[in-house]
Amino acid sequence: MAILIDKNTRVMTQGITGKTGQFHTRMCRDYANGKNCFVAGVNPKKPGEDFEGIPIYATVKEAKQASGATVSVIYVPPPFAAAAIDEAVEAELDLVICITEGIPVRDMLRTRYKMQGRKTRLIGPNCPGIITPDEIKIGIMPGHIHKKGRIGVVSRSGTLTYEAVAQLMEQGLGQSTCIGIGGDPVNGLKHLDVMQLFNNDDATDAVVMVGEIGGSDEEDCARWVRDNMQKPVVGFIAGVTAPAGKRMGHAGAIISGGKGTAQEKLAVMEECGIKVTRNPAEMGKLLKSVLR
Amino acid sequence: MKIHEYQAKEILREFGVATPRGIVCFSVDQAVAAASKLGGSVWAVKAQIHAGGRGKGGGVKVARSLDEVRQLAAKILGMTLVTHQTGAQGQVVRRLLLEQGADIKKELYIGMVVDRSSQRVCLMASSEGGMDIEQVAASTPEKIHKVLIDPLAGLADQDADDIARKIGVAESAVTETRALLQNLYRAFDNTDASLVEINPLILTADDHVLALDAKMNFDDNALFRHPEIAALRDLDEEDPAEIEASKYDLSYISLDGNIGCLVNGAGLAMATMDIIKLYGGSPANFLDVGGGATAEKVAEAFKLMLRNPKLQAILVNIFGGIMKCDVIAEGVVAAAREVQLSVPLVVRLEGTNVDLGKKILAESGLPIISASNMADAAEKAVTAARGV
Repeated sequence: MAILIDKNTRVMTQGITGKTGQFHTRMCRDYANGKNCFVAGVNPKKPGEDFEGIPIYATVKEAKQASGATVSVIYVPPPFAAAAIDEAVEAELDLVICITEGIPVRDMLRTRYKMQGRKTRLIGPNCPGIITPDEIKIGIMPGHIHKKGRIGVVSRSGTLTYEAVAQLMEQGLGQSTCIGIGGDPVNGLKHLDVMQLFNNDDATDAVVMVGEIGGSDEEDCARWVRDNMQKPVVGFIAGVTAPAGKRMGHAGAIISGGKGTAQEKLAVMEECGIKVTRNPAEMGKLLKSVLR
Repeated sequence: MKIHEYQAKEILREFGVATPRGIVCFSVDQAVAAASKLGGSVWAVKAQIHAGGRGKGGGVKVARSLDEVRQLAAKILGMTLVTHQTGAQGQVVRRLLLEQGADIKKELYIGMVVDRSSQRVCLMASSEGGMDIEQVAASTPEKIHKVLIDPLAGLADQDADDIARKIGVAESAVTETRALLQNLYRAFDNTDASLVEINPLILTADDHVLALDAKMNFDDNALFRHPEIAALRDLDEEDPAEIEASKYDLSYISLDGNIGCLVNGAGLAMATMDIIKLYGGSPANFLDVGGGATAEKVAEAFKLMLRNPKLQAILVNIFGGIMKCDVIAEGVVAAAREVQLSVPLVVRLEGTNVDLGKKILAESGLPIISASNMADAAEKAVTAARGV
């Protein structure tokens, strides 16, 4: 089955007419079952037009009604991206994947507040997206490095996720689903939420969890794993060498007030029974070693 | 983005937060003139640098005469202030804030930050202001009171009053404190701040509340809608290499080591620093060239790293996704030629068009050390940096 998305998922693209939206819609459509999956685009100024055969609607609601899409992917520029998420939530989509990097935190605080009690799940923002290999990819990750298999991957970062995937492939291990949850401080699904989904997924045997400095999401997830997880989990945390008080590229990757260090996260993960490595070149090997 | 105390106080005053009267000064004469203009008989002479811990470092003094103002201003202006936040090299003081002295009865602490786990702005307050608040939080966490603020409704009257009472504000000043806290939150919210800290908030002898210090940081992602705040940026307070990097949309942070890192993606960049350390080396910088790296950007990144006199080797670690390895390889070759590279260069490429990329590197005629994976790359870079 995999988690959240599969070959039967129907997707609309918000921001389909921008340069980034066009490029990645094309790449996603050309991947696996993408041609059947990417069924609509949204642009309030261009309803009735199409992008290479994908019809464009004025609103998310109209796109949902006309195309049957229940998932959206957002490439809208940062000043307008939170409003795009709000619109998708309002239209009661199942899942929204927001790729946009650089959304003001204040906007995300309001958007997340409005999402309380709503059915829509959010991945991102500032994330590579989600892929269920050989079925569908929604986002900006290179599809060809993946292969269908039984390992789940959850990570805050983009290229470090690809690195984990490549290492799995070296070990001959394919993936059930890979999710980049994004590097922003205020976001949608956390490591913990994704871990729960993997735990319940028959198609996933084990999980690679990649984290980074800042916040306490990895620790929260580790405690849940200790108490509930039925499958082996291995982990790596980036940023052991990062100095305090400096923002390491991702808005969320900052050690403040001595909290959120890589050492602290690794220690909690180990205490909770997660096998961790301090060597980012050994994520794949480590996962292979815990398979039953 | 960070700003100075006097700038933060100007913003807070616009939102109705009470602060002492003060004047920013760039010379000793200006400081003396400011003191006589402010009047009174006691003044605070405060070094303006972005780092905290100024008081402990000797950058904040009280003067009781105009002569003393002159002496202290002369001493502090131009001094290199070393605090726990500046690093060992310290920060040169170029601006002073001359402020009217205040009659302090009690020192309190107020802070606001975005709390990630609750996804709300968190108001933190303590009766134990004026000292190292992180120490208070660690040893006596019960003395830090917290309220999560509803993003739509703002800080509720009741919550503000509760906080005021918990931190020991006199009953007669509770209403005034409520207004201060609510104004502080409005300032935080309206300016897209990421941090506001008042340490100390003082209770004066006549039971009024006053923001004696002020620190504000802002969300870089929101500066596009606050040009007036973006204009407050003080480049003297920033690392020249980081300023140069920001011109080319490169995310760069200087570190203490001798191996330069050029990586695409923040997470992979951090992991690359980590693995260098793990193999016994030390990274000279964090550098994320981003997803859309061009040959020009790569060249600028090389120039940036080479400005560092300590640099002994460069490690390029690229996972080509949408960005193709051959394009990156051409950029690296062009950059290495342009800057006439003087240190060993280790390159690890993976992902889209990796074979083509490796071929370009191999055929360039440049002494590029090719690595097959991250571990191999780190080992080779560490060895190269040792010069063996």
